[in-house]
Amino acid sequence: MNDAARAHLSPEVVLNQLKQHGVTHVVWLPDSETNWLYLLMKADPSLTLVAVPREGLACSVAAGLAVGGAVPVILIQNTGLMESGDSIRGWLFGLEIPVVLVVGMRGWTRHGAPTADTASVYTEPFLNAFRINYYLVESDDDAGRISVAFNESKKSRRPVAVLVGDEYQFNG
Amino acid sequence: MFSTESFLKAFLPHRGDAIVVPGRGGKHWVKISDQPDLDLPMGDPAMGGHAAFAFGLALAQPKRRVVLFDSEGDVQMGLGILLTIAEQKPANFYHFMLDNECYATTGGQPVPNAKNVNYEMLAKGAGYPRAYSFTELDAVVAALPEILGKPGPVFVAMKVHADVENKPIGERVRWRKRSWTQVIGDLQRKLGIAA
Repeated sequence: MNDAARAHLSPEVVLNQLKQHGVTHVVWLPDSETNWLYLLMKADPSLTLVAVPREGLACSVAAGLAVGGAVPVILIQNTGLMESGDSIRGWLFGLEIPVVLVVGMRGWTRHGAPTADTASVYTEPFLNAFRINYYLVESDDDAGRISVAFNESKKSRRPVAVLVGDEYQFNG
Repeated sequence: MFSTESFLKAFLPHRGDAIVVPGRGGKHWVKISDQPDLDLPMGDPAMGGHAAFAFGLALAQPKRRVVLFDSEGDVQMGLGILLTIAEQKPANFYHFMLDNECYATTGGQPVPNAKNVNYEMLAKGAGYPRAYSFTELDAVVAALPEILGKPGPVFVAMKVHADVENKPIGERVRWRKRSWTQVIGDLQRKLGIAA
């Protein structure tokens, strides 16, 4: 098997993980890593998509949803994650909101190849600074880590991140 | 202009069984409310997020009316959420905004373009089906039955006097008597939500 085949991450697998954990609302701002997932989610009547124009707002929307008994997931890019710092601090950590942030890793190169895009360079230091645990998902074989993130978040009542290290592949 | 406290007292008889997120009006509302288990006096977890938080709550509890007392400083900081709210159209969401034209908790410095922003127009432009502006207490109180008698989302901008605080934070009177965990737990128990 070559690297490309091993790296395959299908949106169906990710969506199945979200549904396994009872997700009711996807609070999100699109990125290239999640576009095909968007098309699947949009067609799924059990999910409500809540689009926000700035990622920090996703944190406070998700906090309200969780307090009200819904099960949100936040779907954003790493650039937006970094924009969201104070909202993560106040609304997610402050209110002890159990929520998973699925974060597209713009600029991520699996084998550490040089890239001019600095977004991924700062992502892990940012997560570590905020003491947010994270799990890298690059292929369908890694999908179980999404469940690990959901279970950890629920148990700890903290935000936990899933880093998506591959653009989704379309199987249609 | 009128005082925040006078408006909140006038609002109380119209509350019904709504969940109230009192936002910047919290320090007055906690002394006025007669249903604290349905209140979420959060103080300021992170500025700019009150509308998004209350909106999320409204989505999660579509059969329960959610009332927010927002501020113009928070609205300015999280302006984009107006578009999201307008798109989702939560019929149970009632968005009141207390506009004192300044950052009262940091000493009263004016918000950007403090005296010239038309928030009613901003809300309508974002897509809110209904929006209002008031500068007099009598007028807003008279309009409350209409405002609350129709489905949301609705936006209500009100000019209020500023309660400016200049003392160092450590010397201020702490008005929140319950922690965030307690407030959320009390609401969830009242609503029958398993934490």
